[in-house]
Amino acid sequence: MASTKKVQELQKRREQVQQGGGEKAIQKQVAMGKMTARERIVKLLDERSFNEYDLFVEHEARDFGMDQKTLHGDGVITGTGTIGGRPVCVFAQDFTVAGGSLGNMHARKITKIMDHSLKMRMPLIGINDSGGARIQEGVNSLAGYGEIFFRNTLASGVIPQISVILGPCAGGAVYSPALTDFVFVVDSISKMFITGPEVIKTVLGEDITMEELGGARVHSEITGNAHFFSETEDECFEQIKSLLSYLPWSNTDVPARKELKEPLEEYDISKIVPHEKKQPYDVRNVIRAVTDGSDFFEIQEGWAANIVIGFGTMGGRTVGFVANQPLVLAGVLDVDSSDKAARFIRYCDAFNIPIVTFVDLPGYLPGVDQEHAGVIRHGAKVLYAYSEATVPKITLILRKAYGGGYIAMNSRHLRADFVFAWPDAEVAVMGPEGAANIIFRKEIAAAEDPDEMRRQKVQEYKEKFANPYVAAAKGFIDSVIESWETRKSLLHALEVSGEKSVGMPAKKHGIPPF
Amino acid sequence: MSKTENTSKSKSTDKPPMEELVIGGAVYQTRLTSKFRNRETWSRPDERKIEAIIPGTIQNIMVEEGSEVTLGTPLMILEAMKMSNKVLSPLDGIIKKIHVSVGDLVAKSHLLLEFK
Repeated sequence: MASTKKVQELQKRREQVQQGGGEKAIQKQVAMGKMTARERIVKLLDERSFNEYDLFVEHEARDFGMDQKTLHGDGVITGTGTIGGRPVCVFAQDFTVAGGSLGNMHARKITKIMDHSLKMRMPLIGINDSGGARIQEGVNSLAGYGEIFFRNTLASGVIPQISVILGPCAGGAVYSPALTDFVFVVDSISKMFITGPEVIKTVLGEDITMEELGGARVHSEITGNAHFFSETEDECFEQIKSLLSYLPWSNTDVPARKELKEPLEEYDISKIVPHEKKQPYDVRNVIRAVTDGSDFFEIQEGWAANIVIGFGTMGGRTVGFVANQPLVLAGVLDVDSSDKAARFIRYCDAFNIPIVTFVDLPGYLPGVDQEHAGVIRHGAKVLYAYSEATVPKITLILRKAYGGGYIAMNSRHLRADFVFAWPDAEVAVMGPEGAANIIFRKEIAAAEDPDEMRRQKVQEYKEKFANPYVAAAKGFIDSVIESWETRKSLLHALEVSGEKSVGMPAKKHGIPPF
Repeated sequence: MSKTENTSKSKSTDKPPMEELVIGGAVYQTRLTSKFRNRETWSRPDERKIEAIIPGTIQNIMVEEGSEVTLGTPLMILEAMKMSNKVLSPLDGIIKKIHVSVGDLVAKSHLLLEFK
């Protein structure tokens, strides 16, 4: 019965470490409106599925009296579990233990679980809640971050990587989330910045709160660093589960098929888009009109809303949607919307998800600020991402497709597999107003009534060129369809693309404009 | 998830009314973003006005109002990010006014000095 004693010792050790930073620190965590690291893991994973690793890891720091200190689990909890019955790797920084600060062993626990997730080809979910580098451990902390960033990069495009910001994530620490695929933030809990308000105040004299500088709303609406915003941690975990339901477990896998459903009747596709091309509408309703069960899981909803990206399923299979949004900034392409679309297109391509693109844009946003912010470089990302993507690529032109915007939005010329257009589509080098002003400049200037002449010439141009048939005559559009035929046509296009196989010239990697 | 999606859809209908945006001679009805509204409008820089290129502290001023300087003359030292940055004269000219004193903390684009 000697083993009973040993079992008791194990139980005692476990109990001790699982207390994290102890009662007081946990009370503080709760007072900040936050769950503990352990509670978070339990909420995120399937019930009783969590298997913890490295519970008994201890730090090896010797300086500044650290040798006298015990830090349970070295401030991070790691392990595997399941979500929806499928295996995932997870780590959660424990703010109750030394502020979740990252030291050598803390980082080694994280890199170990990262290596595991890459080796076993399963998603990695990292919950960040940390004051930053453990200063007492000096360059060992920096090394730890570097090892994490390196692994984020290696795993990029191989397994899904998700970052959840549930507390501070400041300084160099922000680069791990920034390197991962999707970043989740929660209102008034998440804080991300490179240099905090105190430094900014001292050095620059600018007075700003943490929330205003790098709160959840800032990253969801201004910077674009976050992909999903929620009001509570519980809602955040539900969002993560929904996202994972659309994803494959690795780049050699395909997403699990979902239940077959028809779109809801309330989304009547023939009534969503006004015929008058200057009138706005919510393009998300067009997406809902074609997806199974009218479900659309939008990504980066609050940022660069002039383009819409997200997942839905068609015929049970995950599809990535990219759509110009006429409701916001007339659906133009600009610096932010180009960035947003390009990265999503590359995501879909990396993970074998077909892309459906809905086109309705007047062109690029004019302005000195846009030009000087590098709209050329950013806009080029969209061309690059579409051109390089080898997954099935299907385009539907709803109304306007002018100039460079037409080319960029997965045109035939960038190797789209199918290009559909509705009868209201206008594919032209520019809109009738702009074109008439240039082509008929002399006639308009010489006319007795220039406004009347301009109106006539715009009308003339409209009749000749503002339609899908000029492009269809060249084979740039495969098929002009009525709106009610949309879902059927898209489903067919997806169906026949199942075995798509195209090559790229042999290269180490391309040089995209980023 | 479809629950939250439906709420976000109903939210979008409460948003502010449409505004106008002109692109390629056509006037579109649409919503403008706060980022678009807050964009900086551009104006041609005046080379006779020297502004701080980086936020920092004025460490030293080497010229006075009325000084005649030549292209490349050090005008002041702006300490920023632990570096002492020399502010050099971009032209030959006479200093009209100095807008800062030693020790001042200045923001980016703060007017430091003007030439006649």
